[in-house]
Amino acid sequence: MSAERWISVGLALSIAASIGLVVTYVLGGQPQVEGALLAVALGGLGAALVVWAARLVDARTQTEALHPTGSPGGTPAATEEPVGAGEVTRRRFLLRLLAGAGAALAAALAIPVLSLGPRPGRELFRTDWAGGARVVDADGRPLRVADLAIDSVRTVFPEGRIGSPDGQTLLIRVRPADLALPDGRAGWAPEGCVAYSKVCTHAGCPVGLYRAADHALLCPCHQSTFDVLRGAVPTFGPAVRPLPQLPLEIDGDGYLVATGDFPEPVGPPFWDMTHDGEAGG
Amino acid sequence: MIRWVDDRLGLASFARSGLRKVFPDHWSFLLGEVALFCFVVLLVTGIFLTLFYVPDGTPVIYEGPYPPLQGQQVSAAYESVMKLSFEVRAGLVMRQVHHWAALVFLAAITVHILRVFFTGAFRRPREINWLVGIGLLTLALAMGITGYSLPDDLLSGTGLRILYSVVLGIPFLGPYLAFLLFGGEFPTETIVSRLFVFHIMLLPALLIGGILVHLAILWRQKHSQWPGPGRTEHNVVGKPFWPSQVLKSTGLMLLTAAVLGLMGGLLQINPIWTYGPFEATTVSAPAQPDWYVGWLDGALRLFPRFELTVLGVTLADTFIAGVLIPGFAFTIMALWPFIEARVNGDRAAHQLLQRPRDAPLRSAVGVAGLTFFVTLTLAAGNDVAANIFRVPVETLTDLLRLAVVVAPPVAGVVTWRVCRELQRRDVERGTNGERGNDGEAGPVRLRRNDAGGFEEVD
Repeated sequence: MSAERWISVGLALSIAASIGLVVTYVLGGQPQVEGALLAVALGGLGAALVVWAARLVDARTQTEALHPTGSPGGTPAATEEPVGAGEVTRRRFLLRLLAGAGAALAAALAIPVLSLGPRPGRELFRTDWAGGARVVDADGRPLRVADLAIDSVRTVFPEGRIGSPDGQTLLIRVRPADLALPDGRAGWAPEGCVAYSKVCTHAGCPVGLYRAADHALLCPCHQSTFDVLRGAVPTFGPAVRPLPQLPLEIDGDGYLVATGDFPEPVGPPFWDMTHDGEAGG
Repeated sequence: MIRWVDDRLGLASFARSGLRKVFPDHWSFLLGEVALFCFVVLLVTGIFLTLFYVPDGTPVIYEGPYPPLQGQQVSAAYESVMKLSFEVRAGLVMRQVHHWAALVFLAAITVHILRVFFTGAFRRPREINWLVGIGLLTLALAMGITGYSLPDDLLSGTGLRILYSVVLGIPFLGPYLAFLLFGGEFPTETIVSRLFVFHIMLLPALLIGGILVHLAILWRQKHSQWPGPGRTEHNVVGKPFWPSQVLKSTGLMLLTAAVLGLMGGLLQINPIWTYGPFEATTVSAPAQPDWYVGWLDGALRLFPRFELTVLGVTLADTFIAGVLIPGFAFTIMALWPFIEARVNGDRAAHQLLQRPRDAPLRSAVGVAGLTFFVTLTLAAGNDVAANIFRVPVETLTDLLRLAVVVAPPVAGVVTWRVCRELQRRDVERGTNGERGNDGEAGPVRLRRNDAGGFEEVD
């Protein structure tokens, strides 16, 4: 078999093994298979290069004078003309195969990076809230309307998920007559108890400040300001979207409960946040 | 002994020419050295800190000697930094020297870049080293951001949250990149261990490699110099590497370390015990990042309420303000040597530096860019400033929004006019921009000497 043939076989095996590595990873990984494929992917490429050097490159042995160390050092004799350059370029096919093997190997070696984190899936579209979840404060106490003074604000969580990063919610009680919520949200704020996500829709900071004078929620990070009475629409700062509102009702025992999760994703924007429904990655 | 080594390695001639290498002398050439020596201090103190820091986000109960936090849930990382600050002997001073050194490191790099920019030192043949330098600045910023976040305190945690949000906002890739980087939806327990690997392994390796390339290119190309008697485009006039430059630089290194030591000992920095541990539902107000991140945070604060959704693809304002604008600014900065060469058609090699007035366009662009960065940095403190000056933060923010658009071009035009005026005066005085031996601007008088050459007379 000619040298070219051997090299092609080596490179082709390497490409196949690299693709195999990617496939094995995607299917869940298997150490023995991965080890064997890694050996073929690297070995095929390595063997091809060795054969290439030995058989295709013009291998005239050259001599270089060993200049005495110590000073003054002579410059080493220049090597002769670059070897085999013309012959290498003639082998277009082999070069393409070589580039392909390099690319496939790079992909095979890079893919374990995906182990660093889960796929986002629907994670960004849901929070710890669900229909029927009781509203509890930071100490886990379920809340009744009577627990809240007018214009008081509290950070609340779904029962059992105290400290939930995406479920953190601001519960504010205002005079029901003052509320001017967007259409379709009638009944979301029983007796003036209105709840908004505490995660800023700009860069995700907790919206930690409440200015009772004009019923404004302020984010200390970038000064986004939201109007509590009008569905938390932004009135100043960089935030574009209102803080999502949590639909509330009062259950038979008089406790505040959520009637469902937030109607849209909470927190900072991402490119497919408007893609609703259960489909998607 | 030296003979024995030289017989085997043959380095004497290289060393001899190296030791005699000539370095031009000017205070502004030492700014890069200050950055280098800050890095040395960062390495030394950083190694000490690494021996005590625990890169672990697992929650533990704090039971150390700082009463206000006793019994509170903190991460193991936060606990280890508390221990370093309160219980490890010399731990706090090492931490504070490290933090101050990082702040001065970025400052020295910034001033060094400004020096190189405004004197035209980036022109051919030094474009490659300019690019290496911008790369080093980027790495230094990444070092700062990753290191700042390691203590896992409330303030740095807020910074990480904003970083997560900016990454999340990148079109198409954002959610995937954010989940890969953080190991899931923010907040995660794994993030501090990842930042640790970046901060003490990947980034320093790249930074050290980059610094070596930066210095090797400087060594190979030789340092640029100010115009002056005997200085031409084809020589280097200055002091030899050994002994003057070596002694001077060693002295500067010790002086830099001395100042950083003083700062680390006397000036409190990043008191994480007053910030408290990171909690997902808490935020401190006001919240300012370290100074070199200020312009990025300022851009997020000033950017108007704007978001675009086209065909179901949302272009987040955090992406425009946090990625596109800084990326654009850095690209312009990196490509400036090539932009300038194209604009003025000057592709010749330059060994002699220019005064800012001698390149009005460059100086105008530089001052405009600097004004842009400074305005954004000021914007990162808009809430603090609003408190101090007793004005509504809304008013101040609107003013800064106006300023970030208007101030850079105005500053640029003014700079251009000032440069032209200074040039005109130089011509009137007949100095033509050159300086005499004594460093004072003024006409240089030459006299033919006996050997047929010229010499300067006072």
